[in-house]
This record gives sequence, C-alpha cells and structure tokens, in this order.
Amino acid sequence: MDLTVLTEHASEIGSGFLVTLWTWGGGVLAGAIVGLIIAVIQLSAGPWVRGVLRCYIEVIRATPFLVQLFLLYYGGPSLGLSLSPMAAGLIGLGIYGSVYFAEIFRTGFTSIPRGQQEAAAMLGMTPWQIIWRVQIPQMLVLILPALVNFTTILGKETPVLSIITVPELTFVLTGIGAETFAYVETLLALCVGYFLLAELCSRLGQWLERRASRYLTQGVRQRGALKPRESAA
Amino acid sequence: MNQSTAKRSAGDVMLEARGMSKRFGEHTVLQDINLSIQRSEVVCLIGPSGSGKSTLLRSLAFLENYDDGEVFVEGELLGYDRARDGRRVRSRPSRLSDVRRNMGMVFQQFNLWPHLSVVENVMEALLRVRGMKSADARRLALTTLEKVGLAEKADAWPNRLSGGQQQRVAIARSLAMSPAIMLFDEPTSALDPELVGEVLQVMRQLAEEGMTMVVVTHEMGFAAKVADRVLFLDQGHIVEQGPPTRLFRHPQSPRLAQFLGNYLERNTLFEAAPAPNHVDD
Ligand SMILES: Nc1ncnc2c1ncn2[C@@H]1O[C@H](COP(=O)(O)OP(=O)(O)OP(=O)(O)O)[C@@H](O)[C@H]1O
Ligand SMILES: [Mg+2]
Repeated sequence: MDLTVLTEHASEIGSGFLVTLWTWGGGVLAGAIVGLIIAVIQLSAGPWVRGVLRCYIEVIRATPFLVQLFLLYYGGPSLGLSLSPMAAGLIGLGIYGSVYFAEIFRTGFTSIPRGQQEAAAMLGMTPWQIIWRVQIPQMLVLILPALVNFTTILGKETPVLSIITVPELTFVLTGIGAETFAYVETLLALCVGYFLLAELCSRLGQWLERRASRYLTQGVRQRGALKPRESAA
Repeated sequence: MNQSTAKRSAGDVMLEARGMSKRFGEHTVLQDINLSIQRSEVVCLIGPSGSGKSTLLRSLAFLENYDDGEVFVEGELLGYDRARDGRRVRSRPSRLSDVRRNMGMVFQQFNLWPHLSVVENVMEALLRVRGMKSADARRLALTTLEKVGLAEKADAWPNRLSGGQQQRVAIARSLAMSPAIMLFDEPTSALDPELVGEVLQVMRQLAEEGMTMVVVTHEMGFAAKVADRVLFLDQGHIVEQGPPTRLFRHPQSPRLAQFLGNYLERNTLFEAAPAPNHVDD
C-alpha cells in the first residue's frame, strides 16, 4: 500500500471532493424545491393534473437513476437539449430526487390535522398563507428525519455522474487508479471520502433534529409567563 | 331570556339556506334545508349522532360544498359564482373568503396551531389577513384574550392549556376578527365535564352582547337558556324548530320526543346515582 499516490494527486482529489459536494448540494436543493412544488400542486390540483404528477412520480421511481441520466445526457441532444455533463448531472439528480422529496412533503402535508387548515381558512387566510404559516412550519419538524435520510441516499447516487464524465470524486479517483494502477489505495480513499460526506450529513441532520424537537416541545421550556401544569395531560 | 332579541330588526337576515342539499357519494346527508337566521339570533342545532348537524353547519361556512340549493351570507351567495351561461361555478378562494369575512367558526377539536403561542394564534389572522401592525395586533389580541379570561396565558403554548382554555383561545382567535356571525360545532364535546361551564359562560356572554350564533350542541341546558330558537335535525331534515321552551316541553314529532326522552332518562339516572366518593386521588 502506497499512500503517496494520494498525496501526489491531492489537489485533483480535493477538487473532486468539492465537485461531489456541489453536485450533491445542488441536486438536493433542486430536488427539494421541485418536490415541494409537486407536493403543493398535488394538494390543490384537480384529478387530471394529479394523475399526470402521479405518473411522473411512478415512472421516475420505477427506473434506475443511471438510465435516467443516460437518457438525459445522450438522448437529450436528439430532442434539441444539449447539456454539459455537469448540467445534465445536476438536472438528473434534481429530477430523480424530486419525486422522493415530493412523497416526503406529501406525507408531511397530510400529517397536519385538516381542522387547522379549516380554522385558518375561516379566518380568511389564503391557501398560500395556510401552506407557509400553518402547514410547513409544523411538518418540517416531522419530516426532518426522512429528509436527512434521503439526502444521504442522494449523496450516494452522485458517483453515477462519473459515467457521464462529471469530474467528481469517483471520476477523479478511479481515473488516478487506472493511471497509476493503485486501485486499492484510490478505492479506499473513495470509501473514506463518502464516509466523511455521509457523516457530515448525519451530523448536520442530528443538529437540525435537536433544534427542531426543541421547537416542537417548546411548550415544555417556557419563556417565563407559564407555570408548568402539575400533572401531564 | 335573551335581551339581544330586542335589537333585532325584521328582515335583517344574516344567514340563509334555501333548498340546500348535500350528498356524500350516494348518501344524502342533508335534504332541502331551508333556514333563515336573523341578526343577533342564537340558534341551537340538536339531533342524534349522524343526523347531519356538523355537515349542515359546515355547509353554512362552505367547509363542505353543498350540492343543491343556495346559502347566502348577509345576502351574498356563498361558495359559488354564477357563470355567464347561468350555471354556477365554485368561487375562487379569495371570493369565498370575502363572502365569509364576517363569519367565525369554532370547532370541537379547537384546531389551534400548536407551533404558535396563544397570543400568536390570535394575532396571526390580524397580521396576515387584516394587515395590522404587529404592536396593534398584539394589543387587540390581548384585549380579546382578556375577554375570554385568558390574558395571563398569552405567552403560553396551546398544548400546555386545559381543553377549556384552548377552546376559549379558539373563540378569542375567531372573535378578534370581529365576526358578525359565529358558528360553533359542538364546542364543548371534547372537554372534560368540569371544563364545559367556562366555555359555555363565554358563549353566553357573546349571545348577550348580540352576536349572531349557530351552535351545534348536546348541552340542552345551554340551548334552553340561551337559544332563541332550537332546530331539531334528524336524518338530514329539519324535523322541528321553535323556541326552546316549546320544543323541550311540547315536542310535536315522536322522533324529537324520543330524542329528548333519552336525554332526560340519562339525567335522571345520573341524579339518582349516589354521589361518588373521591377515593381515587
Ligand atoms: N366526509 C364525509 N364523507 C362521507 N360521509 C360523511 C362525511 N362526513 C359525514 N358523513 C356522513 O354524513 C352523516 C352526517 O354526519 P354529521 O357529521 O353531519 O353528523 P352529526 O349530526 O354532526 O353527528 P355527531 O353528533 O356524531 O357529530 C353521517 O352519516 C356521516 O357518516
Ligand atoms: Mg358532528
């Protein structure tokens, strides 16, 4: 085992790491935004639109990410859509992630008792205000574990982008491996790299969950005024 | 009994249903409901479980979209707009909100927003709907909370309050928007018996101040004392209606007599039972 291979290529590896971080973050962000939009439309749209969205979700869920990416990158040009590897990668991750995020958000929305929306509507709040002020603040707390979990999963899909030559961590390290025949060292480095990313994500998630659960049970720790009730309800 | 009746002037119809029907699938839950509620009138809706009381109340607020007939809130058609071709189409949310701007609703399950403090619950619509400044909204919210006897709980979280207190917060939240009509769907049914009184007390005060109220309730005592008119609903029909004294003392329909009989029987059974000793605590 000769780890000098890694130190010699440190800057390439570093930039691969950054590209992975960037595609991951970008994919999560795009997926979450599109997913939220899908979930919101599913709440309010008529049966026709809902049917179309249902189809989109089912198709994306039923096909491998690799196939979707190939279709986007190699099939795109024949539909007049020529994308750089990076753009295809980000869009691909966004599309793939969107359906899972949409499902998570949908569960979140349905977990807030309907009566709370009715109360808001009777007070004259608009559908948007109800979503932003009543539903989302409460459901984020509930779905956070699922969001963190899927974010980790999406991170582990980013190596697929190496196949369309996005210069992310896997692409860089397997390249170095093939060049120098130091397969074991580079693959080990890959493992460590993804482990670090997953660890980062889970730490971030735990921190957020701690904050969120404090927010959820805020009734327990008072801002002064209220005395705790003698007995639990 | 109710002084506010004096304030009512003829023809001042606040809420009206004409030939209103509601189906859930094949099941007709409300049939040809005709109802007219005057300003300051307090109407109690009674009837057996499943008779359609909630559905009627919710249809009057368009939380259920009724199928046939019409509902008018202060003369405006609720929930539908007339299209060019004479057919009716569902109103846009903004139009719906506009028609029910003077209508408040209180639910059996309170439906407070648990992520906002008590005062924030009351302020929310003042800020977002009325567009009030934060300080003004807070002041009005506190005044309203005071009215229901909960000013000192302003900064508490809803789930730290008793059911009776939560329901009073819900009433304050609705009241802060200064509605002209308030609908109550079994506001005390989710409460422990000893907490019912405090909520009914607030509602009674509202009635005395001249609020127009429609109340679905199983509290016959409240209906007898506070209502101007009681409606008995059975299987989706208004079977009988009139002043509470007449309805409760001289029910015309056998169904109502039976319904009231059940209540009476339960109460006498209860009164006949020896007072329980509090050995459990
Ligand atoms: N969303 C719904 N979908 C289908 N059926 C419904 C729905 N809501 C109510 N129903 C039915 O309509 C009928 C009337 O229900 P409703 O809740 O109005 O009765 P209620 O008089 O309020 O009864 P309770 O005293 O138990 O509250 C019942 O048969 C009920 O099963
Ligand atoms: Mg009911």
